[in-house]
Amino acid sequence: MDSPYIEVLPFLLRGLVWTLLITITGLVVGFGLGAVAGLGRIARNRLVRGLATVYVEVIRGTPILAQILFVYFGLSDLLGINIPNIVAAILAIAVNAGAYIAEIVRGAVQSIDDGQREAGRTLGLSHVQTMRYVIWPQALRRMIPPLGNQFIISLKDTSLFSVIAVGELIFEAKQYYSTTFAAFEALTMACVFYLMITIPTSVFLRRMERRMEGVA
Amino acid sequence: MIRTTGLGKSFGDHEVLRDIDLEVEEGEVVCVIGPSGSGKSTLLRCLNGLETATEGDVHIDGESLRASEASLNRLRSRLGMVFQHFNLFPHLTVLENLTLAPRRVSGMPREEAEERARALLDNVGLADKADARPDNLSGGQKQRVAIARALAMEPEAMLFDEPTSALDPELVGEVLTVMEDLGREGMTMVVVTHEMGFARRVGTRILFMDEGRIVEEGTPSELFDHPTHPRTRAFLSKILV
Repeated sequence: MDSPYIEVLPFLLRGLVWTLLITITGLVVGFGLGAVAGLGRIARNRLVRGLATVYVEVIRGTPILAQILFVYFGLSDLLGINIPNIVAAILAIAVNAGAYIAEIVRGAVQSIDDGQREAGRTLGLSHVQTMRYVIWPQALRRMIPPLGNQFIISLKDTSLFSVIAVGELIFEAKQYYSTTFAAFEALTMACVFYLMITIPTSVFLRRMERRMEGVA
Repeated sequence: MIRTTGLGKSFGDHEVLRDIDLEVEEGEVVCVIGPSGSGKSTLLRCLNGLETATEGDVHIDGESLRASEASLNRLRSRLGMVFQHFNLFPHLTVLENLTLAPRRVSGMPREEAEERARALLDNVGLADKADARPDNLSGGQKQRVAIARALAMEPEAMLFDEPTSALDPELVGEVLTVMEDLGREGMTMVVVTHEMGFARRVGTRILFMDEGRIVEEGTPSELFDHPTHPRTRAFLSKILV
């Protein structure tokens, strides 16, 4: 008989697919939410600013496990429909990461020297054009390191989806050790899988940051 | 073509500009001099609406800056502005810095915008830098690109806010030469500057500002050689050693 370290691999590979799928899809949607909320936080309109602030503060001030359960059970209950657990998982990551990304977006946009805005406006560009062609492209570059960091955080957060039976890494590890009782081996290998993604990501980010310091 | 009436500007309780009545005619090169904090830059920034006046109004060819945002955008593109710190767009090439506004504001086709941008770069002696990034240029080159970028919108007048103050001394000349040529070609200019040589040589009228007011104005020889106001004399005696 094979070692549990090997036997668990097919389970974990299946789990990895879901973990990555939920993280990436969730972050793509989350970036959309975060961009809207982040720009909303610095909007001139007070209502927009207020709504964006409430969103960011509510999400940052509550545990992600509560948010996951809220989306899966609470929202299903409220709307009287059954939200598939994968959809709930993607939605929860998107809404959660969106609030943190909003702060990343706000910080990056505000870090661009005001002279850039002034130069755009004096050339006759409108407020929106100045944002789109002058401020945003520069801010986007500064967002890359913190966004990479958010990717690592959200990736790890997907482990919580085992509570709503999403077949991600931890759920699959549990499936394996519930019959074989090789919990130590299964969880060790699950953590190795996380590290195989998070370590290269942070190495890449560090290099990128160093390169960006050279330009800025 | 630029006219201010009773222009005033306060930041909170702090009054930066007081009762400025200024009229700049077409083809004039008005140089604004005075000690730091005298309101020179604020005056310039009020002329194109970067700062909103708290008193009075500014008219460009009879059109008030206190109109809608859309018309303010349109009025702004008729006045070019050059900043002390260049404010080039670092994520774009030199050529793209010049074509952005003509393409996005005036809707000019790319080829035409690029062709005109190259001609403008040639005028400021930087034809070979079209594909460079601003970060790879010297301060003097950056400021010449900034002038060309402003000219790309074919402005009716140019505003210069201490254009050589952030430059190494040996790079000041190349920028002043470009500005001098521009003035000779008949461009209407308002220049806030500490370069008294330039003001005397190129200026058609000199304004001396202190404590938010225009203290004295006149031709270069009137103001530099025969200043009448004691504050003008005190200022000039300090800088023209």
